[in-house]
Order: sequence, then C-alpha cells, then structure tokens
Amino acid sequence: MMVGFFVASESFFFLMLILAYVNFHGSQVDGPTAVNSLNPIVTGIFSLFLLASSFTIWLAGKSLKNKNHRMLKFWLLVTILFGAIFIFGQGIEWAGLIEKNITISRNVFGTTFFSLTGFHGFHVCVGLIMLSILLGLALFGDFKGPKSDAVECVSIYWHFVDGVWIVVFSVIYLWAFL
Amino acid sequence: MSSRFPLVPENAESLPTLNESEGMLSWVASIDHKQIGIMYLICTAVFFFIGGIEALLMRVQLAQPENHFLSPEVYNQMFTMHGTTMIFLVAMPFLIGAGVYLVPLMIGARDMAFPRLNALSFWLFLFGGILVYYSFLTQSGASDVGWFAYSPLSEKPFSLNKGPTYWALGLLAAGIGSIASGLNNIITIFTLRTPGMTLRRVPLFVWMILVTSFLIIIAMPIIGSAFAMMLIDRLLGAAFFTPAHGGSAILWQHFFWGFGHPEVYILVLPAFGIISEVIPVFSRKPIYGYAFVAGSTVAIGLLSFGVWAHHMFAVGLGNVANAFFALVSMLIAVPTGIKIFNWVATMWGGKIHFATPMLFATAFIIEFVIGGLTGVAIASAPLDWTVTDSYFIVAHFHYTIFGGTVFAIFAGIYYWFPKITGRMMSETLGKWHFWLTIVGFNMTFFIQHFLGVMGMPRRTYTYHDLPYWGSMNLLSTIGAFILAISVIVFILNVIVSLRKGNVAGDNPWNAWTLEWATSSPPPVHNFDLVPPVRGRRPLWDLAHPDMPDEPNAKIV
Repeated sequence: MMVGFFVASESFFFLMLILAYVNFHGSQVDGPTAVNSLNPIVTGIFSLFLLASSFTIWLAGKSLKNKNHRMLKFWLLVTILFGAIFIFGQGIEWAGLIEKNITISRNVFGTTFFSLTGFHGFHVCVGLIMLSILLGLALFGDFKGPKSDAVECVSIYWHFVDGVWIVVFSVIYLWAFL
Repeated sequence: MSSRFPLVPENAESLPTLNESEGMLSWVASIDHKQIGIMYLICTAVFFFIGGIEALLMRVQLAQPENHFLSPEVYNQMFTMHGTTMIFLVAMPFLIGAGVYLVPLMIGARDMAFPRLNALSFWLFLFGGILVYYSFLTQSGASDVGWFAYSPLSEKPFSLNKGPTYWALGLLAAGIGSIASGLNNIITIFTLRTPGMTLRRVPLFVWMILVTSFLIIIAMPIIGSAFAMMLIDRLLGAAFFTPAHGGSAILWQHFFWGFGHPEVYILVLPAFGIISEVIPVFSRKPIYGYAFVAGSTVAIGLLSFGVWAHHMFAVGLGNVANAFFALVSMLIAVPTGIKIFNWVATMWGGKIHFATPMLFATAFIIEFVIGGLTGVAIASAPLDWTVTDSYFIVAHFHYTIFGGTVFAIFAGIYYWFPKITGRMMSETLGKWHFWLTIVGFNMTFFIQHFLGVMGMPRRTYTYHDLPYWGSMNLLSTIGAFILAISVIVFILNVIVSLRKGNVAGDNPWNAWTLEWATSSPPPVHNFDLVPPVRGRRPLWDLAHPDMPDEPNAKIV
C-alpha cells in the first residue's frame, strides 16, 4: 500500500514535467525540435526492452510464488539486463543530441526534453539499483517465498517507471511523428 | 527531559541500544514517534522565533514613512524569509509534528507504521530549513524574491545571487520529508487502528491529518517538480521559466499556485482538527455533526485543487477562466462554513469552561471567520483587481494563517502540553498570553485592511508620507510588538510550567479520546492496555458503561 501511494505521489511529479513539455510543444518555431532531431525508430526499439522488462519482473514474482528460486534469479537478471539496455539506448540518444549541440540550455525543447527523460532515466537507474539488491539477496538465498514484500514493492515501482515511459514516449515521440 | 524517553528497540529481541544517560544522542538516534514529535515542536518554535524577528524588523522599517532602518535589499530578504519560514518551517512542520505525536496515541497504536521513515522526514525538514538559512552566509545574502519566487525575477540574469538556489534546494529537501510523513500518516491511519476504531470513530483530528496527508502527497510533488525545474534553469541555464529564451513565466505561477493553494489547506485542516478536539471537551458535549465535519473536509480537499488561479486574476487569463476560479473559490466557503456551524452548535447549550485552550479555540472561530469573509470578497475577480498586491491581501491571509492556524496551534499546545510533559501550563500566564495575543494580533493586522484599500502596496520597503499612512503603520507596528511580548509570555509559561507546573495526571481535562487513557507523558510503548473502543468517545464509554455513545455497538 505504501508503495502504491508513493507511486501516486511520484506520478504528480512527472505530471508537472510532462505538462511543462506539453506547454512548450509547438512553441518552438526554429531550431531543434522533437521532429527534426529525434530518432523514433531506435528509441522505439530500446523502449521495447523496457516494456519487456515489466513482463520479466512479473515472471520473477511468479517464480517466487512457485518457490522456483533458480528462475527467480534468472528473471531478475534478465530484468536488470533489459533495464540496462534501455538506459544504454537513452545514453546513445543523449550523446547524439549533445554532439549536434542540442543541450538542456539550447532552447525550450532541449530544456523540457532533457529534464523529462533525465528524471525518468534517473528513476530507471534507481530501479536498477533496487533490482540489483534484490538479485544479491536472492543469490544469498534470502527469499523463501511464496511472498516477499520487497519483491512486490520493487515490482510495483518498476511497473510504474515503465508506465511513465509509455506516457513520455507517446508525448515526445509519437506526438511528433504520427 | 531525555531520561523520560529512553530509546527502545523495536524488535522483541534486543538490538544494540544507547543508554538513557547518553542524553542528546538518545534524541538524535530516536525513532520513537513521541520523541520525533517533540523535536518537531521544538525546532518549529525556534524557527517561529526567527521568523517573528524578521517580521518585527519589517514592522520597525515600516513604522514611519521614508524610513531607512533597513536597506531595500535587506527588506526584500526579510519578507521572503519571513513568509518562507512561517509557511514551510513553522506552520507545516508543527502540524506534521503534532500529527506524528498524537495520531498513534489517538488510534491506539504503538508507533507510526514506518518509524525510521518518520525520523528521516524530521531530519530532512530540519536540514532543509538549515540549508535555506545557510544562504544568509553567502555574499549577497538570503533569497530576496518573495516566498512565491515569481519568474523571471527568480531567474538569471535578474537574480545572480545564490540565495534563491539555496532556497529552492532547502525547500526541495524539506518537501521530500513532508511527502514521506504524509505517506507515513496515511498508512498508519489505514492499518494501525486498534480493534473497534473504525474510520467513523477516529477522532476528528485524525480525519484532518488523513485528508491533509493526501493533500501533501499530491501538492508537494507539484512544487518539488517546479523547484527542480527552477534549479535546472538556474544551474544548467535551461529555459523553463525565462521568457527571453522561449520559456514561460506564467507557467511558474501556475505550478507554484497549483501547489500553493492546496498548501493553505494543508496549513488549516489540521488546525480545524485541533479545534474539533478542543471545543467538545471544554463544552462537555460530543461534537455536533461528526460526519459533516469529516465529509466537508474531504470536500475542501477536493476543491482545493481547483482554485489556484484566484492568485492569478491580475495575470489576465481571460473572463472564462477568471469566472471559473472565482466560483470554485467561493464554493469552498460552503464546506468551511459548515464546520463553523458545527463548532458553534457544539458550544450551543454546552457547559463551557473557558480554560486557555478553549479561549484560543473560541477566538480562532472569530478571527478565522474574519479572514474567511475577506477571502470570499477577494475571490471575486473585479474586487481582487482593486486590492491585489496591497496590504488588504496581507491582512486577509494573516487572519487565516495567524488567526486560524496559529491560534489553533496555541489552543493545541495548551491542551496537549499536560499530556506531552506531565505538567499543566499556568492558567494565569496563559490568560495574559491570550489577551496580549488578541490585542496585538488585531492591532497589527486589522488596520492593514484599511491601508490596503487606501492603496498601500505590499512588498515595498517604504512608502511616501500620505495622509494617515504613517500613523496607521505606526499603530500596526505597536501591535506587532505587543504580539512579540505575548510570545515572550508564552515562552516564559512553557519554561515555568515545565519546572513548576502542577502535575497533570492522565486526564486533566476529563477528555474522551484515547491519548488521555495512558499516562502523562506516555510510556515508550504508549499503552499497557488499549481500552476497548465501542464509539467515538472511548473514555466516556469506559466511565459511563450504563449510557455509552453507541448502545448497540458490537464489542470487539
């Protein structure tokens, strides 16, 4: 329940960042914008990894329920890998933009884009740290099953981070290219 | 005092603990909700003192026209820090602290749901506050852009000093602490109620803390997000709120007041809760219309998110938006008015005993109604246009926040001081404190209504020698000093009562809620045995088994 309310609270944090992005969408007449500087295909593929990781963490929880500890470790590891691949993709996107001198201080697109994806990426990284702790504990045989509050809480958080990305991706990429 | 609250392990098996004799350390390392609550109260008292001195300096500067007691720069820092301190570092943490202390006792719990998180919340608040004040040590002093920090003034290149950066960082940290305690309160109230203590039976203070906590976990991330954007602007040269680079200054206003108006209900709802506890006990009657008090609070909570733009009538958002926000703002007076009638009806026909807590509670109703009436008036956009940014607004919100929240806080302190310390506060000094507060407060702020209507602008460090302005301001300044004397009397009362006050006993006011069932001060584990709860007034039911509040209630 705690994590539920925490996530609800967090969503208002992101709501404001998204509103800021939406507020400036289209106000940029010249210079870099989402349409002329982002690559929706590549980021879309990396996004699939993040979406898939929501599925794998659900599988991890299910393995714990069945007291299948080997599969729990396996699915946790896969989740971490998928999350890391997504962050790697974000890194490529950012590096490409910065190379083109599109930074947070370039214009309002840069400001809102980097702030929104940056705070989301930060949340993914926090999630990765928590998942790694879970994996470490699992390797030490900490989770007996069939229920663990820690696994459940991290899993809710991870789904939330994933859900936020769906909204962010829709607002930044789909809105610009569809 | 430290000996009274030894540190206790939370697990049955013994953890390594500190000795009682280790004094300060047993407080710093504490995760006991009562100790943390007391630390909240002490720290807010210190901040209240600092914020009060800032107010006095401003009033000295304004005592006569064309005065040069403070430079304009220092004056700007004073009103910024006064507002910031009183809102973020006094009123809000005091009410959170009172909630942290009282909620577990009121619902018959051992502690908060997350004791460690509770300690984290407190320390985030304290260090956030220190960080805000740390900015006084920078070369150009503290933040001087107002507690609302409107952009572009709060942005580079208009504010190159470091004050606003410290300000936003400190408040961001304190805000995260508030979110954590909001979450903690919600979970505590939902999961740790003693058997029989249904949500229809919890004390109204608990209801108010519950609704406030929901407001906190929604409103604080809004301002946290805005602070983050402001910091990104200031530190990384981004363009959220700088019109010169394509940003929007109005966006900041929307974000700030999107938080700012729920915030005033965060400040006043727990105050309503205190009043709803004090008035029934000193009228010797159960609260009139319990469900209406709780329900109208939920209504206020919901409406409070739809009124923010009434702070922005002067922006020119258009007639449709102005009309909408004016109407919702007036609508919010309805659930607030319901409560006023509930309290008056509770007192009606009761055996009223005017001890100091009841004096403050009664005065609260009167002063808060004045603030509420001016509030309804300026909710109308055309009237707001004529008095906005004048001293009329200053008078209005001091009647709601001082006349409302602070009066309720004093009522609460006099009411629960015996429970927290085991000693009664002096009634003689308490009455002196009360009457000096009444005289000082009304003298300071009532006259500012007239100054505002005569056109005196707020947030300016001095004014021209226009007819009556000098004498009216002088009167206001004298009032402020009477108010300062009243605070000194209050502090004296606390110190004297701590040493020599009469021993209180478990239940000196003959009250009915669970916190009075345990000893004063409560033991670390709160209750040896939580009394059975079969109604809204467990201790009444216990004392009068032949005529309980809910005769048909099931025994749990």
